[in-house]
Amino acid sequence: MKLELSGITKRFGSFTANDSIDLVVTPGEIHALLGENGAGKSTLMNVLYGLYAPEEGEILIDGRAVRFSGPGDAVAAGIGMVHQHFMLVPVFTVAESVALGYEPTRGAGMMDLAEARRKVEEISARFGFSIDPDAVIEDLPVGAQQRVEIIKALSRDAEVLILDEPTAVLTPQETDELIGIMRQLKERGTSIVFITHKLREVKAIADEITVIRRGRVVGQAAPESTESELAGLMVGREVHLTTDKEAPEPGDATFSVENLTVVGGGESVLLDDVSFSVRRGEVLAIAGVDGNGQSELAEAILGLVAPRTGRIVLDGRDLGERSVKERLRAGIGFVPEDRSTDGVIAGFAIRENMILDLYDAEPYAKGLSMRPAVVRTEGEKKVEEFDIRLSSIDHPISTLSGGNQQKVVLARELGRPLRLLVASQPTRGVDVGSIEFVHRRIIAERDAGTPCVIVSTELDEVYNLADRIAVMYKGRLVGIVPPDTPRDVLGLMMAGVPEDEALARVESGEDATEISAAEEA
Amino acid sequence: MTTAAATPQLTADLRAPIDWKLPVVYAVLGVLTLFGFGLFGGAAGRHTVFSFSTGRDFFSVPDLTVSSWPTAVGAGIVLVMMAAAAAWLATRREKPGVWFPVVYGLLFLFAFLTWAGADTGRIPVTPLLAGALALSVPLIFGAMCGLVGERSGIINIAIEGQLLAGAFLAAVVASALRNPYAGLVAAPIAGALVAVLLTFFAIRYWVDQIIIGVVLNVLVVGLTNFLFSTVLTANPETWNARQSLPTVPIPLLADIPVIGPVFFNQTILVYLMYAAVAVIHVLLFHSRWGLRTRAIGEHPKAADTVGIRVNRSRVVNTLIAGGIAGLGGAFFTIGSGLAFGKEMSAGQGYIALAAMILGKWSPMGAVAAALLFGFARNLGNTLSTMGTPVPSDLLLMLPYIVTIFAVAGFVGRVRPPAAAGKPYGAQ
Repeated sequence: MKLELSGITKRFGSFTANDSIDLVVTPGEIHALLGENGAGKSTLMNVLYGLYAPEEGEILIDGRAVRFSGPGDAVAAGIGMVHQHFMLVPVFTVAESVALGYEPTRGAGMMDLAEARRKVEEISARFGFSIDPDAVIEDLPVGAQQRVEIIKALSRDAEVLILDEPTAVLTPQETDELIGIMRQLKERGTSIVFITHKLREVKAIADEITVIRRGRVVGQAAPESTESELAGLMVGREVHLTTDKEAPEPGDATFSVENLTVVGGGESVLLDDVSFSVRRGEVLAIAGVDGNGQSELAEAILGLVAPRTGRIVLDGRDLGERSVKERLRAGIGFVPEDRSTDGVIAGFAIRENMILDLYDAEPYAKGLSMRPAVVRTEGEKKVEEFDIRLSSIDHPISTLSGGNQQKVVLARELGRPLRLLVASQPTRGVDVGSIEFVHRRIIAERDAGTPCVIVSTELDEVYNLADRIAVMYKGRLVGIVPPDTPRDVLGLMMAGVPEDEALARVESGEDATEISAAEEA
Repeated sequence: MTTAAATPQLTADLRAPIDWKLPVVYAVLGVLTLFGFGLFGGAAGRHTVFSFSTGRDFFSVPDLTVSSWPTAVGAGIVLVMMAAAAAWLATRREKPGVWFPVVYGLLFLFAFLTWAGADTGRIPVTPLLAGALALSVPLIFGAMCGLVGERSGIINIAIEGQLLAGAFLAAVVASALRNPYAGLVAAPIAGALVAVLLTFFAIRYWVDQIIIGVVLNVLVVGLTNFLFSTVLTANPETWNARQSLPTVPIPLLADIPVIGPVFFNQTILVYLMYAAVAVIHVLLFHSRWGLRTRAIGEHPKAADTVGIRVNRSRVVNTLIAGGIAGLGGAFFTIGSGLAFGKEMSAGQGYIALAAMILGKWSPMGAVAAALLFGFARNLGNTLSTMGTPVPSDLLLMLPYIVTIFAVAGFVGRVRPPAAAGKPYGAQ
């Protein structure tokens, strides 16, 4: 089936998320929708899927205009969607998840679970997924959950499948498998709309590329375009995808974590005997798929979670019994992974957000009183220094874009002398222009002699910043490798394969991914 | 699939801290039994009779007569030994099965009754159980209401108000029409009307569900008090005459000793309760409605993306649930043969919520919890009328003490429906 979007406009209040967007998806085509976070890709797809009603424009299927009043209509028209955040009920089984909304019944509204299982098994066999229909969703790894989502869409005879940032949570090898699945679907005539901001993947799989910037289509590109051409289109100016940096000049190892173990509720092991040290003037990047203990590691260093065993040593002193505040005062700079909940207070002014952890310290306070004038002048200096684009320092921080909010967080954390920098996902939800800036600042901090621990799930970011790369899997440190380790090796390590074995397997060609192979060619 | 390492084994030598909570409780109760009920219980030389018979059995179960002092001491020794066993297991980071607390509880209860009955000599087991079931009726209906609501994502604190409204309308309609069964029809309507207000504010206007629930409870109390002291008191013969649902013994089943009179010699309201529990259990876990209900309570957006109308389903479910609670309210008036009285639901709606939590949001669990509460309450009543050495006020606190312990985490890890209390969609 041929799908056309014509002149789609979607506004939220005064903000235009989609501005007269046209898009044509022909049968059996893999159409990549490329754009930065917040460019309006997901909004467009939610319009297509019937979740949002557009203000203007229409959707045509095989030339006929259709109106969707809800996702049910879109599904009935043959559109399936795999959302970035999976739409799966964690406590349901696979069969229940796939059946939901389209339940096979045995009359009187009673579920025919055997039929639901059979359907999962049938589709799963057709595409070579090994999915147990009785497995509970929350026990499945993300890659498998994604396949359940795909099964769900296919079980409703989707002819157009929308994949919204499908690779965000996958290891490179899992991404490779997903690409295989996409090819298979394409051969069977299913069209795929592939939403992403990752250039490598677009080049590897797309037949057609549409680039969206600030809610508008800014161009079409062929998959043969270079990465910097695509990045240029996406951002609207020339961008440097890598940060220029000098070789590190590491000093003494002033920060170390020894045998750190964190146990969560229900005795689940979140961090398992993790040990490493970081030297002054060095960036240790922690790579891994989201949810493998990185967050807990960062939080344990700051003291937000209490470890069951192990030591955290900074400048020769055990931080064990110290409160979060004492740790901050000891010189730990902390950039939290979730900016909106842990990094800023949305309703507070920008200048207030800049001193959230220093409000009672010199020079912002004296005795019992705060010194608003100092807060303001220091704040304005930082706005200058960190190139924060704002109209007034007194406005709530929620009026800023993600990138500028992150710069405020950085201004707060880097604006004082540090003995250690811990940054989790420092560029998540940050526009490409600001990413460059954030990376430069982190490298500058490193060059000033601060040991840096950077947690990132984006391998590009890891390669860009790291002097050494630590890979985590299920709470364990799989290994610490040099920054020139091939991507495929890191990918295998992110799935728990030890370093030596991963190296051997990639060198033998057994586990090299298609994307890497294509790049080398 | 890419090869992943096998399930992670702990590489560090670390063990969970020993959980002393339960062993300590066991030990305290065991020592209390041994010394309080046994050694120094003052029951030496007395006997306690557990009587099982009622008038209409096929054959009568003989009374059980025990020698109070040695029995209580013996039970105390066993309980202390069980506490020691639990402590030993705790040091090995193990937990005994479900049978352990059940056996422990029954034995403790037996020792307590032996001691409490030593003065008066006779414990009427069958009426004790039958009364327990009767007192559980509004709790079970209320818990079913709360469960259906929360499983669909609506927290219903207004159960209390729904019970009261059901009790009121059942009494008034039954009285006006001189027919208790008419009250049975009216009660669910009252409960559903309260639910209409709940859903209107919670779903249409996103008012915090806990706050609106509490407000509705106060509203129903005020409204029924007002009508009671004006209309009902002015003309009690018409509007508040006692009407009683007759007990309907089920042939044969009602004649089984002990069990028969407890379960099968009840009013139609109790039989409706059995049906409601069974139907809700089956539908919730085996029907299309149940799957969708659980989905909108856990992850409404996931349900929305497959075309389920989240808010409409929530409204429908909450209204049905309100009807169930209203029916439970009928127990207070026509179910017990009483006229309506001010605030006669007396906090049972909140206890029903506790039963739902203790039962981990499953119908069968909620029933078990409600029965436990009902039993505790009836035990308090029975013992205070028997004139046992324990002050009756303390005994009447029993269900609430049980509730606090139950809800304060002695039920293990509980997980409410993830989206309970969270409004969905555009405001």
